[in-house]
Amino acid sequence: MRIGIPAETRAGEKRVATVPEIVEKLIKLGFNVAVEAGAGEAANFSDEAYRAAGAEIVVGAAKIWAESDIVFKVTVASSAEVEVMREGITLIGFIWPAQNPELMQQLAAKKVTVLAIDCLPRQLSRAQKMDALTSQAGVAGYRAVIEAANVFGRFFNGQITAAGKVPPAKVFIAGAGVAGLAAIGAAAGLGAIVRANDTRAEVADQVKSLGGEFVKVEYEEEGGGGGGYAKVMSEGFLQAQREMYAKQAREVDIIITTALIPGRPAPMLITADMVKSMKPGSVIVDMAGERGGNCELTEAGLVVVKHGVTIVGYTDLNSRLARQSSTLYSTNLFRLIEELCKTRDGMINVNMEDDAIRGLTVIKDGEITWPAPPLKMPAPKPAAVAKPAPAAQGHGGGGKPVSAGKTAAIFAVAAVLFLLIGAYAPAAFLGHFTVFVLACFVGYMVVWNVTPALHTPLMSVTNAISSIIAIGALVQIAPPLKEGLDRPDVWICALAVAGIALTAVNMFGGFAVTRRMLAMFRK
Amino acid sequence: MMSASLATVSYIGAIILFILSLGGLSNPESSRRGNLYGMIGMAIAVLATVFGPRVTMAGLPWIIGAMLAGGSIGLYAARKVQMTQMPELVALMHSLVGLAAMLVGFANYIDPMAALNLSGAEKAIHEIEVYIGILIGAVTFAGSLIAFAKLSGKIGGKPLLLPGRHFMNLAGLLVVIGFGWQFMHAESVSSGMTALTIMTAIALLFGIHMVMAIGGADMPVVVSMLNSYSGWAAAATGFMLNNDLLIVVGALVGSSGAILSYIMCRAMNRNFISVIAGGFGSGSGKPAKKADGEAAPAGEVLPVSAIETAELLKDAKNVIIVPGYGMAVAQAQHTVNEITKVLREKGVNVRFGIHPVAGRMPGHMNVLLAEARVPYDIVMEMDELNADFPDTDVSIVIGANDIVNPAAQDDPTSPIAGMPVLEVWKAKTSIVMKRSMATGYAGVDNPLFYKENNRMLFGDAKKMLEEVLSALKA
Repeated sequence: MRIGIPAETRAGEKRVATVPEIVEKLIKLGFNVAVEAGAGEAANFSDEAYRAAGAEIVVGAAKIWAESDIVFKVTVASSAEVEVMREGITLIGFIWPAQNPELMQQLAAKKVTVLAIDCLPRQLSRAQKMDALTSQAGVAGYRAVIEAANVFGRFFNGQITAAGKVPPAKVFIAGAGVAGLAAIGAAAGLGAIVRANDTRAEVADQVKSLGGEFVKVEYEEEGGGGGGYAKVMSEGFLQAQREMYAKQAREVDIIITTALIPGRPAPMLITADMVKSMKPGSVIVDMAGERGGNCELTEAGLVVVKHGVTIVGYTDLNSRLARQSSTLYSTNLFRLIEELCKTRDGMINVNMEDDAIRGLTVIKDGEITWPAPPLKMPAPKPAAVAKPAPAAQGHGGGGKPVSAGKTAAIFAVAAVLFLLIGAYAPAAFLGHFTVFVLACFVGYMVVWNVTPALHTPLMSVTNAISSIIAIGALVQIAPPLKEGLDRPDVWICALAVAGIALTAVNMFGGFAVTRRMLAMFRK
Repeated sequence: MMSASLATVSYIGAIILFILSLGGLSNPESSRRGNLYGMIGMAIAVLATVFGPRVTMAGLPWIIGAMLAGGSIGLYAARKVQMTQMPELVALMHSLVGLAAMLVGFANYIDPMAALNLSGAEKAIHEIEVYIGILIGAVTFAGSLIAFAKLSGKIGGKPLLLPGRHFMNLAGLLVVIGFGWQFMHAESVSSGMTALTIMTAIALLFGIHMVMAIGGADMPVVVSMLNSYSGWAAAATGFMLNNDLLIVVGALVGSSGAILSYIMCRAMNRNFISVIAGGFGSGSGKPAKKADGEAAPAGEVLPVSAIETAELLKDAKNVIIVPGYGMAVAQAQHTVNEITKVLREKGVNVRFGIHPVAGRMPGHMNVLLAEARVPYDIVMEMDELNADFPDTDVSIVIGANDIVNPAAQDDPTSPIAGMPVLEVWKAKTSIVMKRSMATGYAGVDNPLFYKENNRMLFGDAKKMLEEVLSALKA
């Protein structure tokens, strides 16, 4: 199949959906790749580089849309692009179906299949390699720190120089999602003192692991909203949170906000009053600018100075690091293609049985399949997992039933054996034989229930009880004798005494050592 | 003095207690009570016999003397034995059961009382019972002694493969059957005795030969198989003496040992016959493989220091420790427990993965870890945690080899192909503690050592673990 990569059309977008390195890999999977001339220019990938990797360079986006079977996009496709799109193709890229209902209708009308990389079920650990939201957010978080450093008038790290002491910059990061964590790492790497907050208390460890300090909101509420996002919090919590932010605003030099809630405007975290309270020369980088901003004074896409504080509202942080963003994004798409093309023959199969693929697919052959049914996540393991073992080792052990032929053969042999015994054995023997066979079955049932951890004690205790053979010796040592019988008493007595002594070793030793072992098993 | 009926009822009570005793072993909590049931059952059985109608007071001094002598040896051994030596002790005790069965069989044969009222088919059956009882007893006795010697290192673990060994065994069996015929038609006790003695000698040789031919890694199967034999010996004795108690106990023990052997075989993906036929031992698999020119595992062996290991462990959230016989040899279980404690205090989730055939007898590792006071609820069976390795940060293999060999899954030509193994290589990092690059008992090279995410910590397990521990505490 032919994969087409058109140049991105949105103003200011510098990313490209596939980089030359990935082109090679796609070709190895059996695909043809066509790249629009100049598509990678803004991200420093020349047409020559694509050609060298084996891609065909095509002039004009229309040709790409008309001739490709699969199209890779970064940004949401524009309606102009949908216009020229060939019917029945597969489109892969960001879609945001919740925000773009008209686009969805348009795409559906084109009878296309659309895989929205933003709809990936991020909870699946298998999906992580395809998670473009994460890879792009990570780049943006890093870039946000760089932008802050750019407009901040001081060092990030503290220094003692001949000219005096420089205090380290204090950076506060609101929201410790992927972008926030990347920002924490980058800022800490530059030497700043980094603090961070998130409504989800469980990320505190991650913040610490990157060298940040987790600032708690003094209010009890759990904020995990599923899928790695936060949820909307209660009023009491928000009050406490505002107080904490106000305090941080007075103290820190740089605030980077990354707070987003899926499908809603960005939460307002930094009020105008807080901005006023900041030291002159401070910086706010608002990564949520596109969705209304976390700061009241943010102007999307612009850098403004309000109350002596520089507020960076860039919405194109990824394009500002286009080469890195493109490389990661195209790797995400390549992983997705690998999942779609398990046969490695250049054909894709949109398998709706696969949880990850099902989540991604928002339109299948012109039919809107979004939103995907919620995933049935395996419950957190602890207790559940310990259980399956008995099933595998229950009665009969193998779990798999023995084949019918084998069973029949076993029964036949047993039947012949029983017939022979029945035909020739005396009645007294049969009584004992019955007991023997039943005891074998009892033993079989009982022993299958023994936990494997106790197999050694099982052996030592069976050892101890097999010293029951002592009884055989006991009855021989001095039985009530019949008159006039020539019995080699001395021999028998000697053998029996030896037998008793030997079995006594087992009897006492076996139980004692089992006892000793079992006493050790403790929780 | 008890009546015969009272003795019989006591026997039934003892049987029930023995069954409960085995049933108690289904979990560690009830197991201590289970053992107590076993002791009570044994006490009832012995007392009912001694004071029953078949023993006169004349025998009492002998009985007490023999019991005291044997019992004190047994108790002494039980107290002194180290947990690492349990397989040896168990094997030695099996041999005692075998020997006792032999002695009882001989005593029974020379006792004219035993077959006094028997004639015809009953007499024939009684003689077969005696013959088989002694046969099984002798095989158990000799086999267990060799197993004991192998386990305690008194003789090497390598399988002894005599030319035409299957033929020899077959010939032995025919001779045994031949003398059995002669034995049944013997005119007098003394002429029957000749046949019986020759058969015993052959059975002893057979027992020796059988276990000599079995390699070190198959020891768990052999130990459980001998466990089974000792049970069948008791059951045969029960038939000989017309005693249901012995028959039941023998059957219980026999089926228990048989099940254990089966579990062990399944854990090694081998069938019982091929284990008994022997020959799966050090060095037999490897040369063949090399000769094929088949790719030796590619890649580099990356060593790691104890301090680096400690660093890895400190940063980990989930750790799985896979112990093997090497841990028993190095007596490292206490240090392992110390490390586990330190890590658990730091909030690391430490668990143990136990392969069914780890060590030299079923459940050997569990006992060692229990001895070191590792809580048993973090000691898991292979099936319980094998799926968790991908979420594990560090897996540590201590003195194990074949049970963590990825070749069992990847390489269909490997001698251990198809054997279930612990998938330690799926952890983010695996660390193998080993003294050198030698192969395991199966003689198979281990591709795990060459994996990119694997590190080797060379040295004596105990010494290295102590270094890791001190680095962790620092």
